[in-house]
Amino acid sequence: MSAPIVIYVPRDAAALAMDADAVAHEIERIADERGVAVQVVRNGSRGLLWLEPLVEVVTHDGRVAYGPVAPEDVADLFDAGWLSPGNGDSKATPKTASSHPLCLGLTEAIPYLKHQERLTFARVGVIDPLSLQDYAAHGGLAGLKRALAMEPAAIIDEMVTSGLRGRGGAAFPTGIKWKTVAGTPSDQKYIVCNADEGDSGTFADRLLMEGDPYVLIEGMTIAGLAVGASYGYIYVRSEYPHAIATLEAAIARARSVGWLGADVHGSGRRFDLEVRKGAGAYICGEETSLLESLEGKRGVVRAKPPLPAISGLFGKPTVINNVISLATVPIILAKGANYYRDYGVGRSHGTLPFQLAGNLKQGGLVEKAFGLSLRDLLYEFGGGSASGRPLRAVQVGGPLGAYLPESQWDVPLDYEAYIQISAMIGHGGLVAFDDTVDMARMARYAMEFCAIESCGKCTPCRIGSTRGVETIDKIAAPGADARQREQQVPLLRDLCDTMMGGSLCALGGMAPYPVLSALNHFPQDFGIESSQSAAHAA
Amino acid sequence: MHQREAKSDLASSGGARGGPLALDAAQASATPAIATTARILARLKDLPGPLLPVLHEVQHELGCIPAEAVQTIAEALNLSRAEVHGVITFYPHFRSQPAARHTLEVCRAESCQAMGSEPLAAHARARLGCDFHASSADGNFTLEPVYCLGLCAQSPAVMIDGQPHARVTPDKLDRLLARTLDRASEHTLDRTPETTP
Repeated sequence: MSAPIVIYVPRDAAALAMDADAVAHEIERIADERGVAVQVVRNGSRGLLWLEPLVEVVTHDGRVAYGPVAPEDVADLFDAGWLSPGNGDSKATPKTASSHPLCLGLTEAIPYLKHQERLTFARVGVIDPLSLQDYAAHGGLAGLKRALAMEPAAIIDEMVTSGLRGRGGAAFPTGIKWKTVAGTPSDQKYIVCNADEGDSGTFADRLLMEGDPYVLIEGMTIAGLAVGASYGYIYVRSEYPHAIATLEAAIARARSVGWLGADVHGSGRRFDLEVRKGAGAYICGEETSLLESLEGKRGVVRAKPPLPAISGLFGKPTVINNVISLATVPIILAKGANYYRDYGVGRSHGTLPFQLAGNLKQGGLVEKAFGLSLRDLLYEFGGGSASGRPLRAVQVGGPLGAYLPESQWDVPLDYEAYIQISAMIGHGGLVAFDDTVDMARMARYAMEFCAIESCGKCTPCRIGSTRGVETIDKIAAPGADARQREQQVPLLRDLCDTMMGGSLCALGGMAPYPVLSALNHFPQDFGIESSQSAAHAA
Repeated sequence: MHQREAKSDLASSGGARGGPLALDAAQASATPAIATTARILARLKDLPGPLLPVLHEVQHELGCIPAEAVQTIAEALNLSRAEVHGVITFYPHFRSQPAARHTLEVCRAESCQAMGSEPLAAHARARLGCDFHASSADGNFTLEPVYCLGLCAQSPAVMIDGQPHARVTPDKLDRLLARTLDRASEHTLDRTPETTP
């Protein structure tokens, strides 16, 4: 009896949402019926999300992809001979059913994947997310092993040199944050992972947690070693039940083999962590609000200072980093700070997992070094709009990010270059809209969202957002005359100015970005002359 | 009637409000909600920052966080009822009233809007005959908005009883809702109200 044929069917929520469980079940059922020995492995997602469920068959030449596979396609794939014996040395290496319309050839050769620079996401979609053996066999633990042999200060130096900046959106240098925590004496310190990925158009954290949870555990452990923290929390939003389940299973397994606990990898050092579940409040993605929530309170933003690095969770020095920041730590330690630093442009070092969403033909995750343009992402990777209509606006960086018109799509994706055009890269999510979008409506939505999600602590955000909705309604009202619009537009700008300058955190402070960018770049949607808008924008 | 008995249970705990005696008494309460809540508290109250884990667990077991649970939680954690109420009402995930048998969450964030989630939301409202934050008259579905399920590349997305579905058209939504009811009726014997929204 030869070894079974290995078939990968993703278990990521993106695949489950397209019936991956039924596909996996159908493959096993038909294989059994036809007497073919198969082993179905449930991997994470490769991030080619328009192709989910993307099923891969291990052949002599490598993994061959088929997608998107619906349960009713499975019998057809068997008929096309996707598991028939190939030219390899055993039955376990079937030939490629290249004649089948769903066959995509070798996964690694698909241009969307081939042209990426996957550092943080190197293992996502490749391995069984919960297999400790897979993780170690694919380069896992190398960073931690090196860190265990280093002085804490040397680990932090490595992080500073790497140039890694907070991937949650604020882009604060991770190493500097760690240095502050390390330099603050305390009997107890914490590592908190912000996995409250609430921005629309972002899913990198989710893909990573569901596809390679051990890399996050490893990154948090290294952070603990570097700053002297013995305990960590991963705060995951309740909208991500599959990520929570995967992390909990991974933590239990890691603990059982001594990757976590009182004696991490036999080093005599203690580090353990647990998952805490959010409860649907967007504001808890803001770091101080997240800490309040972890402490069991309403997620109300704290005034800074004190910085969480000095007085964070339960008043103790706390490293609070985004999932992607922490999951990037292991590769930096494994390959060295300079290896990572050499990717990117200017002061934006390394890679960013961009997330292509909204009205795009080929939505998914693209990890690339900084410096490419939005146009590359939208057309080279994204393949243009899903609807076939021309693209008109792209919101970059979540609900608080600016809407960019086509004239700005060639600006290199680099933190500083984006700040210069009053935009932000944020968490790297981009949502594309075709020419049917009404930008006045999107501007209104930005204010409405801010009003729904405001924690209520500061007035500019709590009241300003509601006044913003009302003012936009007056401007964009079908019956509004030119004079009314003329009066309301300066009011709206003034209000945005107050919110940007007077809000306690980024929710109120940045909600004006989508509003103002819509007003400046798409004035016709508000029924105003572009000259009037341009004069103000200048 | 049961509620009144429960309150006297607490009062009879000899002035030990908030202490372990009160929790023991509450665990023996004749009111199931109080007994369940007390059992959860006994297990979780010593966690650092226990309130959110406790509320999640209570809602998971009881389908919501009923008013009688609030008193028990407040006493066990040495908080005021106002503080516990404040936390429950701050977070959209927590509910004070039970949901219908099934929960349909429709994403209304930007990415889904770019792919037609507003017409989909209108269809869901018409189909269930209720607005957001409400339940259909037959008690089958509660309709909730959600701001991003992290399925933005496959918009529009919905979640039914915690299971995600992507690229949802009005037709697909109808099929998913029908399938949910079919599956529920297959399991009539162990049919209990959904506990997690």
